[in-house]
Amino acid sequence: MEEGISMKSFINKGNRSTKVGFGEGIKYAAEHNDKIIGLGSDITTSVGMNIFSEAFPERFYSLGIAEQNAIGVAAGMALSGLLPVFSTYAVFSSMRTLDQIRVSLCYNNLHVIIGGAHSGISVGPDGATHQALEDISALRALPNITLISPCDSSQTKVATIKAIETIDGPVYIRYGRESMPDFTDERQDFVIGESQLMKEGMDIAIIASGHLVWESLLAADKLKQHGFEARVINMHTIKPIDKQAIIKAAKECACILTAEEHQITGGLGSAVAEVVVKEFSVPMSFVGMPNCFGESGKARDLLDKYGMNADTIFAKAVKLIKRKNQ
Amino acid sequence: MTTEQIDQLKHKAKEIRIATLKSLAAAGSGHTGGSLGMADVMAVLYFHSMKYRSKEPLWPQRDRLLLSIGHIAPVLYSSLALAGFFSVDELANLRKLGSRLQGHPGRDRGLPGIELSAGSLGQGLSVAVGMALAAKHQKQNYTIYAILGDGELQEGSIWEAAMSAGHYHLDNLIALVDRNGVQIDGSTEDVMALEPLNEKWTAFGWHVINCDGNDIKSLIEAYDNALLCHTKPSVIIAHTTMGKGVPEIEGDYHWHGKAPNTQQLKRFLNSMLQ
Repeated sequence: MEEGISMKSFINKGNRSTKVGFGEGIKYAAEHNDKIIGLGSDITTSVGMNIFSEAFPERFYSLGIAEQNAIGVAAGMALSGLLPVFSTYAVFSSMRTLDQIRVSLCYNNLHVIIGGAHSGISVGPDGATHQALEDISALRALPNITLISPCDSSQTKVATIKAIETIDGPVYIRYGRESMPDFTDERQDFVIGESQLMKEGMDIAIIASGHLVWESLLAADKLKQHGFEARVINMHTIKPIDKQAIIKAAKECACILTAEEHQITGGLGSAVAEVVVKEFSVPMSFVGMPNCFGESGKARDLLDKYGMNADTIFAKAVKLIKRKNQ
Repeated sequence: MTTEQIDQLKHKAKEIRIATLKSLAAAGSGHTGGSLGMADVMAVLYFHSMKYRSKEPLWPQRDRLLLSIGHIAPVLYSSLALAGFFSVDELANLRKLGSRLQGHPGRDRGLPGIELSAGSLGQGLSVAVGMALAAKHQKQNYTIYAILGDGELQEGSIWEAAMSAGHYHLDNLIALVDRNGVQIDGSTEDVMALEPLNEKWTAFGWHVINCDGNDIKSLIEAYDNALLCHTKPSVIIAHTTMGKGVPEIEGDYHWHGKAPNTQQLKRFLNSMLQ
């Protein structure tokens, strides 16, 4: 990723991995709350949990490569008054454990933080097995769960702290491995369930999550050069979704493009479409993984090949605006 | 333990069986075989071994019982009602719409004494491990009991949990396996062999105790033995007979998942009184 790209309102402070934000968020929260316990499945440093475990070794329990058990252990701890944080690669923490999350966490409605690390295709060379592109779809149907996909490292830190301090139930926080633009402020207003308006505009609304928020801002810049003002919304919380912002965008922009580093099926785009279809129907289009598995490659090359970048957002936006004006 | 005390517990087990049968008949569906088979285990747990306050169900120092095999909820509900957690009359609401007595335990219904919503096999032992670790972490002295089915031991996640309990030497955790030897498709050894079971648990770092799960004295000895172990988690493999207490259905796995109708209930209760 090229560093130092400046936007009208957002400046890349330097590329940084969202996993660092997650680790820092837990550590910060743990300094103020001794109920917080860390649970690990072997890849502690890979997922940013080492920032917590090195600061609080007596509050970290290694559970080995046994994710299903880890979710149950987290449930037992939560039932005993502790606040467990468990993270591993998102492919495992969301899908290998799905039934445990459904019954032991969601049905019991327990406050446990699950980290979905290495999410998206930008995990890169490890290839398809380790690229979590279905985690949001898998979890989104579960009652009681909160799903968060922050846009950068700073926001991941803030979101993790807020998930610990303001939510009472299971929370899944999706984050990545690759260093990506870090462009929000740690002192930002961040409310779980309330999207952020990143850029105003009336020609199209681009609703994005995760790494694709920055790409959407880049696309909005390019759209501006072509005479279109795009509204960019950071939909960091995918469940519960910010219906009011979507309805407002539908009414004022009259078309909506979603952008996510995830399968198009069942993810952010589907969540937005469910609101649009029910509340105020407008033309929509989707940027995301096109119903296929990924492959090995560099993060940037993969995002480009599978169309999860500013260029694709721009192209689909132009097409959608034309469709709207027909 | 005096003969009189043992007789009292036997009587309590019988009361649990009667209440369980009545609630199953009122529900018209449910798991009769396993519920009856575990009545003696429940009698000893709730009327001898466990520390709890039925009028203060969230008393922090209480022992915790997690029913991983949520399908035998009827015997748990009967035991809780007879132990004073709620009215015995409410047992008639089993499996009814809006009831606090769900087909598998659901904490969201607010039934006193229910520690965990459970019923998807293979999950309860992990939650028990979490509770045991939490108790150690918080320097609490209560005991966690996890009730598992023998067929449930075919779930891989049970052995993930068993490994972690052994790893952390959780001597405040007692797993109780309902070893009735049968599951829905037939004998456990035909469906997917579990033996040698003692060796499996031993290899995972557990203190293994076998007992007659339908004999009060044998059960009490097993619990006492488990509570004396201060180096590792204990597993009590309770050899039970499905349908125990109703001669007509004892050992018949066809009674795993059905409830008695009115005529059968009358016949079963009569046979128990003889």
